[in-house]
Parts: sequence; structure tokens; C-alpha cells
Amino acid sequence: MRLALLSDIHANQEAFEAVLADLSQRGIDRIAVLGDIVGYGPDPQWCIETVEDLVAGGAWCLRGNHDRAVGVPDGAFNTNARRVIDWTVNRLSKRHKLFLSDLPLVIEDGDLMLVHASANDPADWIYVTSEARALGSFSVTKARLIFCGHVHRPQLYSADLGGRVAGHPVIFGQPLPLIRSRRWLGVIGSVGQPRDGVAQAGYAILDRDRNELTFRRVGYDVTTTAKKMRAAGLPEALAARLMKGE
Amino acid sequence: MALIRPEPGLEIDGFTLGGQLHKGGFATIWEVTHPLYRTPMVMKVPTILDGYDGPTIVGFEVEQMIMPRLTGPHVPRVMGEGDFSRMPYIVTEKIPGGSLHRLFRAAPLPLSELIETAARMAAAIHDIHRQHVIHLDLKPDNFLQRPGGEMVLIDFGLSRHDHLPDLLAEEFTIPMGTFPYIAPEQFLRQRGDPRSDLYALGAMLYQLVTGKLPFGEPETLAQVRQRLWRDPLPPRALRPDLPEWFQEIILRAMEVDPARRYQSAAQIAFDLTHPLQVRLTERAHRMAPQGALARFRKWRAMRKVKSFAAPASVAAQMERAPILLVAVDLAPEMEPLAQALFLAVKRMLVIQPDARVACVNVIKTARIGIDQTTDDEGNHLHVSRLVGLKAWAEGIELTDDRLTYTVLEGSDPAAVILDHAEVVRAGHILMGARGHSTTRRYLGSVSAKVVAEAHCSVTVIRLPDQHREAEGESA
Repeated sequence: MRLALLSDIHANQEAFEAVLADLSQRGIDRIAVLGDIVGYGPDPQWCIETVEDLVAGGAWCLRGNHDRAVGVPDGAFNTNARRVIDWTVNRLSKRHKLFLSDLPLVIEDGDLMLVHASANDPADWIYVTSEARALGSFSVTKARLIFCGHVHRPQLYSADLGGRVAGHPVIFGQPLPLIRSRRWLGVIGSVGQPRDGVAQAGYAILDRDRNELTFRRVGYDVTTTAKKMRAAGLPEALAARLMKGE
Repeated sequence: MALIRPEPGLEIDGFTLGGQLHKGGFATIWEVTHPLYRTPMVMKVPTILDGYDGPTIVGFEVEQMIMPRLTGPHVPRVMGEGDFSRMPYIVTEKIPGGSLHRLFRAAPLPLSELIETAARMAAAIHDIHRQHVIHLDLKPDNFLQRPGGEMVLIDFGLSRHDHLPDLLAEEFTIPMGTFPYIAPEQFLRQRGDPRSDLYALGAMLYQLVTGKLPFGEPETLAQVRQRLWRDPLPPRALRPDLPEWFQEIILRAMEVDPARRYQSAAQIAFDLTHPLQVRLTERAHRMAPQGALARFRKWRAMRKVKSFAAPASVAAQMERAPILLVAVDLAPEMEPLAQALFLAVKRMLVIQPDARVACVNVIKTARIGIDQTTDDEGNHLHVSRLVGLKAWAEGIELTDDRLTYTVLEGSDPAAVILDHAEVVRAGHILMGARGHSTTRRYLGSVSAKVVAEAHCSVTVIRLPDQHREAEGESA
């Protein structure tokens, strides 16, 4: 069973399309969207409808903090993010909003746990950015494999038999054996707003039979996305940031 | 964690344990059978002490990550594995015949007996480097030999795979490896340099020819550290009949600074099989032990060294130091093409300064029967081609022994070039294409066949087509 893990699409149609095209050639059995379909980007309707279609076809989808923020005041958002959410709300139909509000925060399947942010308090939107933060996720679940998004920077952690957590460098395009003597936590990066300095869509493939994880990057037409953002009057800083992948 | 302990008759995941073949400090080895596999197999089970046994567990994890990713004749094939939920193990095919340990016990060995073994050891190391793995614990016990002669490397518990997390770097703060063989940079806790394996190979060759370890059997880290400034006693001081070229290979492989060593295992294999082409340096002539003053100077230079420059990755090192096979056509009418090929080689050396250039020329022999030329004429042709090759290469300035010349013979020049590329493990072939002619259209061109069948990259140099240019002008 090959599972494609996508997160933080952020209303970026070009990046989402590029990822879907890439994974269509890689024998994927199921897609999991780990939240934040909307926010930041210029194409929320298209992205929600596409995810809806995927879910109808058997995909899993979680709720992220931007999905929740549609129509809910949230003090944790910075000005630019809030501006885009307000812009987004006006463009979404009732059905779109219902779809977002019905999404679960966590999906568990066998030894696998999927969550948008940190597993130890999924609704608190904690950023998993260090070994100490990863430990929080490991300590609340027995799941052997935990995958999340939210951070927009791919990361990989493992907890050994003694419970000690270690961070590992992420290598793209190489299948990584998730050896069973450890538990693993993958932060899978962002489809639509990468922030590791590479302006390419990020996602990951989990091969559950071979027990391997592959982080992938896919080039997409970022110029078009940035152009759409400017045309829509979204904050210039967000368009500029997208071009640099920062 | 209640683990099952291995014992004869135990059945796990379809494998049945037979007798115990070996008991080491960190693992036991068992003969196993499986109803679905007819291949003789062995199971390695790490010996986990009661409670938490970090180092053994991590070593086993590293092996479990790396071994299934390696393929080819130089590694044992993995048949099954188990995790810590019941009993950790790795099952591999059984390589009959035992390790090189026995051969090393018989050292010093006659040169004629060990050159082939040494070249095969280098070939095995080259093969795992090609697969992005540095072994980092090479020693006689970790070389097995197939009935066909290929060396098989085992025990990847300290190894490093460029594409996988280095669990060991995160685990340990002391140098890891087997003290008599570990490279100076390993002592400095660098785990990213494939040339560390070449140092270990050098130390093993030293042992094979002298019967002694280059630095004895150090027991403390302080003793291991001495190899940063202490030169081993020259092998020829222990064995005066050892040819200089062999000492040159050993001492070059064991240079303290990785940059001064051989740059790939293929280069060592090449020298071992082309002794006449090993260019001798001061290393080859050493007979006396390192003097006190020299040692003091080296100590002063090295005592504060914290690390050596390491390559970005195994692949980067392999690409930096390939063997470039250059097939030169010396026919008089091909002079402009040979000149263009020469310039191409010079350009290639700018971007690959550690490359080694193997120049070859092929004497085409008759397809059927033995050539009519007499021995004398044959020899004469051989020598004149060699002279021609050297003249062609005049101006390719390479240090040491990195430029070699070989004249080959055969009825099918492309096949001869391809065979030689395999033998020397060429990373890249450069050759000229003779251009277009009717004959070539029907008989096929040498370069086209080499391009089609080579196992490495091939660059074909072609002169601008005069005929087509003329056509273009008239149009």
C-alpha cells in the first residue's frame, strides 16, 4: 500500500496540480491530505473542490489551522495570514465551508497516525521543529509512524527503543527504511508554501509494504501563482515569499 | 522487551535454526533453513545485554538499514530480517569458505599469491563505494570469498550510507572501528570519507606482505592517535625482497591526509594489476624507520589537526576521481581528431583534477586465424604504438602515476575497448569518431558500439563535418 502524504496546499493550484501529476506516475493507492487546504494562496475554491473529489475517491483529509480559521476569529494569526483568510471566506460557498468544518483533526490507521500539527494536542497547532517538540508527539501515542505538516519545512525524527529522540537530515528522492526498532515522525513539508528556501512543492510517499518513506520535491509554475496573488490583491510579501520558497 | 533467545531448533518467520557457527562479542551466527529457499543461509542475531544496550542495538539497526540496499556479488544477499518485537536478526545467503582471517594468519605471503587477492579486495570496496556506502570497519574477518573468487564484504554495523540517516554519528562520541586498521580521520570521528576504507586496505596489504600490523595492536585511543604523525616501518625494511612498487601502493594508501592517498579503490586495483606502470616516489625507496626529528616535525604539524577535508558525499568523491579511459586512434590521417581528443582530455582534467587517465591504443588483428606478421614485426608494431601513445599524451600533466599507456590487440576494436574499460573499472570513456564513410555505414563504427554497450559514460569527439559545412554555405 503506497500512501501519498500531502500537507499545507494553501490554495496553491499550480503546486497542487504539479504534485498530483507527479504522484499519478508513482503507483499511489491512497492520498492523505494533512490539512491547510486554504490560506495564503489565490485558489481556495479549486483546491477545496479538488480535495473533495479526492476524498470521494477514498482519500483521507485532516483539518489544519487555516481551514479552521475560515469564519472563526483567531488571535494566533498574523496580519497577512488573517487578511488572506478574510479574503478567502468571501469566496467560499456554504458547501466549501461545511467541507472544511467537517474534517477530523487526527486519523489513525493501524500503526500509523496522521495529524496536521503536533500529536500531543492537535487543536493547539504546536509547531514540531525540534527533537524536544517531536518527543511530545511520540509520548502521547503508541503509533509507530506519525506524520504531520504545519511547519512547511520537511523534517524527520526517530525515537529509539530507549525513547530517545534524534533528528535526521532529510534527503529527497531516496527511499528511507523506517526500521521497526524505532518509531518515526515525519514532518512532510508543504505543497503550496514551502519555507526551506526551495520554491518547489513538497510531499512524501509512504510505502507501507516496504516500510519506506520518500520525501519528494516537484517544480511548479510559481510565477503564475504569484501573479494570481498580486491580481487578487493579496499581500505582496506573501507573493514574494512564495517566489523564494521562504 | 522480552526477546526470544536463539537456540538450535528455534523456528522464527519460517526459518529454522541449525547449529551455531560463530559467537562474537556482539552477535551470534547460526545456520538456518527455510522450506522456500534452497540457498544455504546464515542468521546473525545481535547479542543484546539485559536492559538497554545502545551500541549493539544501533549497530544492528545500521546493518538492517544498509544491507538490504546493497546488491551485487560483493555483498551477501539478504533473505529475511526480524525486529526487536521478538528477536532481531538478519538472514543472508551463506558464503562458504570462511573469512580472510586464515589467509592473514599465514602472512607473510609470496607476492604471486596475494596480488590477485588484494585486487579483488579493492574491487569489492569500489563496488560498495559505487553504491554510496563507506564500510568503516574493514578487517580480514570482514572479507569472505565466493567460490568464483569475488570478495564479499560483511558486517556493516559501523558503516555509513550517504542517503540514510547516520544513526551512529548521533549515538557515539568516541572513534569507532578496529584499532589496527582505522584511518586517522576516523580517529578524529569523521565518518564521511570513502578514502578511510582505502587506508584500512593499505594496512591490510601491509599485514599480508609483512605478517605484521603497521602499528601493532594499539589498546588505547592515545596509541591509535599516534598514526597521525608516526610512519609505519617501511614494509621493505621487514621484507627486503618486496618490490618497490608494492611498497609504493601500501604507503600511498596509508597516507595520513586522505588527499594524498589513492582517491578511489579502483585506482588501487588498477595499480595492483599494472605494476610496471606504478610510478615510484620517495615512498617506494624508504628502507629505514622514520627518524626522531622527522617524527617530531610531523607531530608538531599534526598534533592540533581536528579534521581533514572530506568530500561532500561518496558519489562526489567517486566522480572526482574516476579512471578516464582514452582510446586514441594513431593513424596518420586521424591526427586532427587525435588532437581534438587531446584537448577534450585536458578540459576534462580541469573539472576532474583527481582523475586518472588510462591511454589505450588498439592494434586491429585479422578476424580469422593467427596474424601473418612475424613475432618480430608484431613486437615492433607494439612498441611503436606505445611510443606513439606517449607522444600523443605529451602535455597532459599529471602527477604521480596517474597517466598510463596500454596497447591492446583484437579483431574487434570496440569489444577490446569495452573489455578494458571493465577491467580497469573506467568511470568514463573518451574516444574519437572517425566521421562518415560508406564503409562505416555498412560495417558499423567503433565509437557507436562503445557508446551502445559501455557500462559507463562515453564522450565521443567528432571533428566538424567539412562536407556538411560546405553544403550549408552553398545553401
